Amino acid sequence: MGMKTTNLVSKYHIFFFVILIFLIAFPFVADSRTLTILFTQIFIFAILAMSYDLLLGYTGIVSFGHAMFFGIGAYATAILLNTFEPTIGVFIGSMIVGILLSAIVSFFVGLLTLRLKSHFFAMLTLAISGLLLVVAEKWRTVTKGNDGFTFRAPDIFKDRIVFYFCVLACLVIVFLLLRRFVASPLGKVLIAVRENEQRTRSLGFKTLHYKVISSVVAGVVASLAGSLYAVSLRFVNTSVMTMDITLDALLMTIIGGVGTLVGPIVGSVVIEFAQHYLSGLAREFPIFERWIIFFGIIYILAVVFFPKGIVGSIQMQISKWKSKKEVRKTFALPEDKERAS
Amino acid sequence: MMESLLKLHNIHTHIGQFHILQGINFEAKAGEVSVLLGRNGAGKTTTLKTIMGLTPASNGTITFLDENIEKKPTYDIAKIGIGYVPEDQGIFGQLTVEENMKVAMRKVTDDALEKQDYVLELFPDLKKFWKKAGGHLSGGQKQMLSMARAFVNDSKLLLIDEPSKGLAPIVVEKVMEAIMEMKKRTTIVLVEQNFIMASRIGDTFTLIDDGRTVQQGAMNELIADDELKRKYLGIG
Repeated sequence: MGMKTTNLVSKYHIFFFVILIFLIAFPFVADSRTLTILFTQIFIFAILAMSYDLLLGYTGIVSFGHAMFFGIGAYATAILLNTFEPTIGVFIGSMIVGILLSAIVSFFVGLLTLRLKSHFFAMLTLAISGLLLVVAEKWRTVTKGNDGFTFRAPDIFKDRIVFYFCVLACLVIVFLLLRRFVASPLGKVLIAVRENEQRTRSLGFKTLHYKVISSVVAGVVASLAGSLYAVSLRFVNTSVMTMDITLDALLMTIIGGVGTLVGPIVGSVVIEFAQHYLSGLAREFPIFERWIIFFGIIYILAVVFFPKGIVGSIQMQISKWKSKKEVRKTFALPEDKERAS
Repeated sequence: MMESLLKLHNIHTHIGQFHILQGINFEAKAGEVSVLLGRNGAGKTTTLKTIMGLTPASNGTITFLDENIEKKPTYDIAKIGIGYVPEDQGIFGQLTVEENMKVAMRKVTDDALEKQDYVLELFPDLKKFWKKAGGHLSGGQKQMLSMARAFVNDSKLLLIDEPSKGLAPIVVEKVMEAIMEMKKRTTIVLVEQNFIMASRIGDTFTLIDDGRTVQQGAMNELIADDELKRKYLGIG
């Protein structure tokens, strides 16, 4: 039994390793600037979507204000790179500033809002995010408002491939750290909170603390994604704090599969590719000028055919298949057992 | 004379605009199984929830180990040693049996592991399905897991709400045997509709009707009092 589990685990590891090798080789093999940029974008949104999955999938928190942390990261990096000489040191420093600011904001926002029932919490996060958006719009001396501003990224990132690898490395590190986090005893308590908060409290856990921890970790990771996003565009405006960003993260998580961590990565691949190709088709077929409608149809089909998300549905099928196999093994006739052996 | 572990004095509880508990007096002594009996809607489950702080008392006092707990939040009540097995079992369906137990332990100590070994002896099924998700267990197994979880949660007192509900007779028998065994190591307050089960494992009884305590005493007295059983439990 233990042996089989080990084999299965290693199969997963091999699968991820193959994908990683493919992604490492991709920029050299494909030699397509567009696809390299698209993949970089996918990695950035995958980091954001994973941070959202920590909230939604592992703690059961629906937040409509997640974009604020993405925006904090994006603005911290953009403002500092614009103010100082754009070196790697300043870039890393700006990411740390963004992370610290997001941690502080998410801590206080969490402490204030996470006592509320889920729908009130969702509304309040929307309101606070809206408030930050207004601040970004009105504080023109720093943010240049809606118009935004361009800035210079560190020279090393002028090479798109270097930036591609930098973002890929961030994605892999964030994925491994989050996976470790959700598999830790603390992660299990978060799952318990999502499943039955009242029951978790009656086992002696002050659930608010755990929800705040989850909110802070998710905010920090979203901020990291925001910093990378700003550098990828070398431009920032208030769109990084809008509801669209939160909805993208939400949809990537739902389509990929909530509570799986891998799901949001798959979701970001599906959504970014769909956006890219559907909008590209408009050049040849005028009907695709309204590509957002087709995009909506893809969402509906994904939710209808994969109610647990793509990865969630695959996991469910595997688990069904495994239990069927187990039942067959348990109730097998002696001659079948003999044949099998 | 056994020491009193839990004492409820004139407890009133409101849920929204409804006045559910209107004067509950009740005492659980160390090492005993105290059974709360009464018709459906009498307020038995609310009494347990009020002790746990899930539906806080609006009036009255609850004393546990000489400490007033009626104003404490649920997580503090659990930490001072009251375990709760709700009617719906409250299993974390996506966590495995092992993870459910680990979460319940809070800290993995030698004492908690010893308790875990003890309950796994009582419920061998849990050992069998150790790596299986809680949501995939049968009703009886979920009940066992819920009780095992409350037991390893460093509980000096277990509140168990209708453990026989919806279970096959053979499973009820197993659960009953386990409660009788657990009684040797902890104090139990049990809410049970199944009078046969309640009378076999209970040491004392408290009859609740319309949110009030109407009678208390030794279980033997209730078994012998057909009039009382007919009046408040509809049996006799």
